[in-house]
Amino acid sequence: MTQLVKNLPTGPGSDPVRRGGRRPKYRRGGLAAAEARAGLGLIAPTLVIVLVVIVVPILWTVLLSFKELRLIGLGTVNFFTDYSLDNFVEVFTARGFWESLGTTLVYSIGGTVLAVGLGLAAALALRKAFRGRGLIRSLMLLPYIAPVVAATFVWETMLNPQFGIINVWGQDLLGWADPVALLSQRSAPVNILGLTFEIPVALFTVIVFEMWRSFPFAFLFITARLQAIPGSLEEAARVDGATLTQRFRHIIWPQLLPTIMVLAILRLIWTFNNFDDIYLLTGGGAGTEVVSIRVFEYLTARGDVGAAAAQALVLAVVLGVFVAVYLRFAKKEESA
Amino acid sequence: MTTTDAAARTRVNGGIRRDVVEARIFGVLRVITIVLLVIFTVFPFLYMIVLSMKDLSALLQAPGDLFAGLGEIGLQAYVEVLTPVSGGGQGFGDFIRNSAIIAIGTVVLTLLIAIPGSYAVSRLNFPGVRSVSALFLAVYLFPATLLAIPLFIFFSRVGLRGEFIGLIIVYVSQTVAVSIYMLRNYFETVPRSLEEAAALDGAGRLRTLWSVNLPLAMPAIVANGLFVFMIAWNEFLFALLFLVDDRSRWTVSLGLSQLAGSIEIPTTVLMAGSVILTVPIVVLFFACERLLTEGLTSGAEKG
Repeated sequence: MTQLVKNLPTGPGSDPVRRGGRRPKYRRGGLAAAEARAGLGLIAPTLVIVLVVIVVPILWTVLLSFKELRLIGLGTVNFFTDYSLDNFVEVFTARGFWESLGTTLVYSIGGTVLAVGLGLAAALALRKAFRGRGLIRSLMLLPYIAPVVAATFVWETMLNPQFGIINVWGQDLLGWADPVALLSQRSAPVNILGLTFEIPVALFTVIVFEMWRSFPFAFLFITARLQAIPGSLEEAARVDGATLTQRFRHIIWPQLLPTIMVLAILRLIWTFNNFDDIYLLTGGGAGTEVVSIRVFEYLTARGDVGAAAAQALVLAVVLGVFVAVYLRFAKKEESA
Repeated sequence: MTTTDAAARTRVNGGIRRDVVEARIFGVLRVITIVLLVIFTVFPFLYMIVLSMKDLSALLQAPGDLFAGLGEIGLQAYVEVLTPVSGGGQGFGDFIRNSAIIAIGTVVLTLLIAIPGSYAVSRLNFPGVRSVSALFLAVYLFPATLLAIPLFIFFSRVGLRGEFIGLIIVYVSQTVAVSIYMLRNYFETVPRSLEEAAALDGAGRLRTLWSVNLPLAMPAIVANGLFVFMIAWNEFLFALLFLVDDRSRWTVSLGLSQLAGSIEIPTTVLMAGSVILTVPIVVLFFACERLLTEGLTSGAEKG
């Protein structure tokens, strides 16, 4: 990530000022000033669109969440008075909110762990060259690039209790007694070693979908990192008698860990915010109602803009806590 | 060399035998993993294609037999899904046109904004160049749901909610940050001496950008354009919020998601719609895969 902010340009225009031993100043008429003006001019369209369509709307969401506001009453809103915490009280005491937050956590952590794990397995399995590897690598990326609507529709059909292929195979090959409505059944008892567990069927299914859809992203990053590990390191360890698992544990894993941590936090953030996948697969039913779906419901079905904004804000704050904890953790790792 | 010494040492420890056993176990595991992974990733797409060419009654009678009734119907589902609503079809032709207009519009506008922007970030020193990068990172991470509410309200108010241009502006704002990030990596590989030569010949900054940097960065620009196209073509949430009221303005994604709930439309016909939605993306992806994956993972090698 340091990539983003390093390599500050030192164009020919700014050099004379630096050679003088002074800090570069944007003096009127100087070459550096001309460069600064040109830079700002070229970046201005980007800044304008990002400010107008992203930054201002986010600030607006913060304001909205403190106001009693319905879609119908939008025209008469006074943005200078009447701020209150009512929306937050309403959100926190509403039925199903805490459950929904819990679902979001289970979904995003489960999805992230499985996607990164599978991506790592795929990257390691495809590390050594063989004929057709290029093609297989490309095929691995299909779930990630495919349009979400097409992907969810195919999965819905595959999982359909009447004619979906998964239920046919489940009954024929795995001995399921009845078709399982994998996307609309809240929970089912599963017998493992004489103990019966209730597993959340629909939530489990959407997590598996999330793994299928986003493991290619992890695969791509881990593969890129693997290629950058110098082969001489492993060769030396092999000569010293380190076995395959030892070489992985002591040479490859330490090299991969920073990449995997960054990947995991990125995936966690994106999965946490994910709306499309669950909305299209289950519509938020059968115990899969994550917070982003509730935001959408409050906005469209109820027209309760204030409460929707308040929930979106809660989502962003929880996410902010995640990121902060991660950054602290990452810093400790670095200094240790 | 010390190779023989080391080998002798490990032989004493039995390390070689362990290494051979491990190599064999993981060799088998590796093959199994690859086979399962290929099935896991590719099967849903095969299922999509097969179902789109099947007869619905054959599917319902023998759902497990993927190849029953295949070929009897052939491309009938594609004809039905593409035929306009007035002709008794589902009107996906119009959806394709809408998606194409929106996606191409997004690509053009994004590149117009991102090319000068990325040049500035990679080459010029100006106040706030650091904060610009940080801002882009933040933008990349922000949830769409948080933006959905104010943008929905804002575009409703200014009367652009049902218009393509409103959606295009939102897509540009979502893609411009990652575009600048991808493009600046390429601009940095253009040797400065070339630009200086152009400057000595009397070319201004824009002129240099146009005739030196642009041609050299063309592969990256094409790849980036295709990447933006894919994002705009695939997008669902904002298309749903902005365009759902008027069927004639639906995109392919939106159309498929809206019709998927209907009982009257056979699953096989909608599968044909899914194939139509997916194929352009897969073709584009394979056309520029190398450029795309390099652009996306260029930060990973440094850890």
